[in-house]
Amino acid sequence: MASIAPTAQKPGPLTRARFWASGFKERDTWVAYGFLLPWFIGFTIFIAGPMIASLVLSFTDYSVIQATNWVGTQNYHDLIHDPKVSKAMMNSLVFTLMSVPLEIVTALVLALVLLRVGRMAGFFRTIFYLPKMTPPVAVAILYLLLFNGSVGIVNRVLGWVGINGPFWTTDPTWVKPGLVLMSSWAVGGTMVIYLAALRGVPQHLYEAAAMDGAGAWRRFRDVTLPMISPALFFTFIILTIAGLTEFTKAYTAFFGAGTKTNETEAALFYAVYLFRQSFEFFHFGYASSLAWLLFVVILVITFIQVRVSKRFVFYQGER
Amino acid sequence: MSQLEVLQSGGSAAMPVPPVARAPRRWRSVGTVKAALFAVVLVGFSILFVYPFIWAISASLKPQAEVFDNRVIPKHWAFHNYADVFRIPDAPMLTWIWNSVWVSTLGALAVTFSSALIAFGFAYFRFPGRNLLFGVLLSTMMLPQEVTMIPTYLIWKHLGLINHGGQYPLWVPNLFGSAFYVFLQRQFFLGIPRDYFEAARMDGDNYWTMFWRIAVPLAKPALIVTFIFEIQAKWFDLMTPLIYLRDTALFTLPLGLKTILDSFGTSGGGQGDWQLIVAATVIAVIPMLAIFAVFSKYFLDGIAAGGRKG
Repeated sequence: MASIAPTAQKPGPLTRARFWASGFKERDTWVAYGFLLPWFIGFTIFIAGPMIASLVLSFTDYSVIQATNWVGTQNYHDLIHDPKVSKAMMNSLVFTLMSVPLEIVTALVLALVLLRVGRMAGFFRTIFYLPKMTPPVAVAILYLLLFNGSVGIVNRVLGWVGINGPFWTTDPTWVKPGLVLMSSWAVGGTMVIYLAALRGVPQHLYEAAAMDGAGAWRRFRDVTLPMISPALFFTFIILTIAGLTEFTKAYTAFFGAGTKTNETEAALFYAVYLFRQSFEFFHFGYASSLAWLLFVVILVITFIQVRVSKRFVFYQGER
Repeated sequence: MSQLEVLQSGGSAAMPVPPVARAPRRWRSVGTVKAALFAVVLVGFSILFVYPFIWAISASLKPQAEVFDNRVIPKHWAFHNYADVFRIPDAPMLTWIWNSVWVSTLGALAVTFSSALIAFGFAYFRFPGRNLLFGVLLSTMMLPQEVTMIPTYLIWKHLGLINHGGQYPLWVPNLFGSAFYVFLQRQFFLGIPRDYFEAARMDGDNYWTMFWRIAVPLAKPALIVTFIFEIQAKWFDLMTPLIYLRDTALFTLPLGLKTILDSFGTSGGGQGDWQLIVAATVIAVIPMLAIFAVFSKYFLDGIAAGGRKG
């Protein structure tokens, strides 16, 4: 038996090829590909095709109006020297660096609170989740109103405790912090993910830790955090990508018909600049190179996150 | 149940009970101070999360001069704001709402059905290349839409469907499934015992009837999650209509809302008719809150399921 097992476990290249070939003789295979047909079509037309086209466009000066020329790496050369690109990239990075930790901490605190509420948990969970049901355009409008420097409620409340609130929506230094605060209103989704993870932590681990004399903080740090680390990791990645591609709130609040100069510099997020280059200036070639830069940045950041998190993320049993 | 019974059961619940016995188990060992502090935190957070809604509803019922007075109950009621919103020239609110409703519904139906087909293909069959293809499918979730948006725009432009009454660019891509939903539904299909399908096969079912009569009904929760998530996504989307629609009559609600903000907000050179902007905002928010009220369980379970295995 021992002599047969190794050959059965390791199919050589020939057997694998044969497996592939024989697979296509099965009727099941063709039926399966039939079910996948919508995805094959969609993937070709709306993902793979456009990806290739966009990569090709990024080496041209295509702009709808004028004749198109192959410009080589000119676009990439230009974007390195475009001060607006670095400005926009910085804006998006700063926004992400502020909003991701704030959202993770807020969502975790809310989830921990909900865990202890008991019977009323459903009611409060709904309350904390509702902002997530608000369209981003509406969130941006509420931001403009609530954070209004002279008459907004935020500064009114700050005034009660003696703080002279800044002009959130017009002072370039305060535009991003204001947007971050308003965005963190919609942490409901992240909170629900954490809540599910927290409920999945086996109770006996806490009991064992308590018996070993671990206090509340130790139990949180050494039991809760490792046990929910996959959820933390997942939201960390998703929120980072969402932060880097943030568009709607910044665009609604600061661009469009009412585009001004001062504060819009501070709210010129990368996706906003990319959108304006594409559909307001119709610099399709240049915008394509901007899009690929964004994609590469996201890939690199995600890759780093995955590598670094490997040490901290604890997958129970599986993997 | 008679009214009397309701009253009786209500009465018995309100009967004085020793507070210690009624308190939730976790609190029993915790001091009163801690419990009070906890209640303050809970109420504080609740106010923080609910207040913007209250502010908006109240501001939408105030005359223009009082929008920012930060009273919860308006000093002067201005219910006519809601009538005025529908009479703004060049801002056909009703048309926008209708456009959003039908684009959302059509798009959600399309993506639910197509994703179910694809998910079933990945879940039920074993075929060469399955894991590779599924990996490719999952990795497309990483792709920001910015990378594909220009060539996609050029396709629609070539077809002459930019600014077209059919709104095709907004919902046709949904006919081809969406990675996240395929992932979600596949998990669900995998949970259906294989015996069910084998039994159906014995009874003479073919692959299509197995999908339609067994898999789909059993995966209903996942399909509902897909449907409502996509309704929400379409209701939220500003960028796509911004790219493809020019005539105000074709706008969906988010773009309409942005238009109202631009023409009445002070930054767009308007008069600062914030009461109208806020009323329009409330109108855009309420359908989503209503959907959540009906489907809250599905929203919460769907998000938790999406996060569990990411």
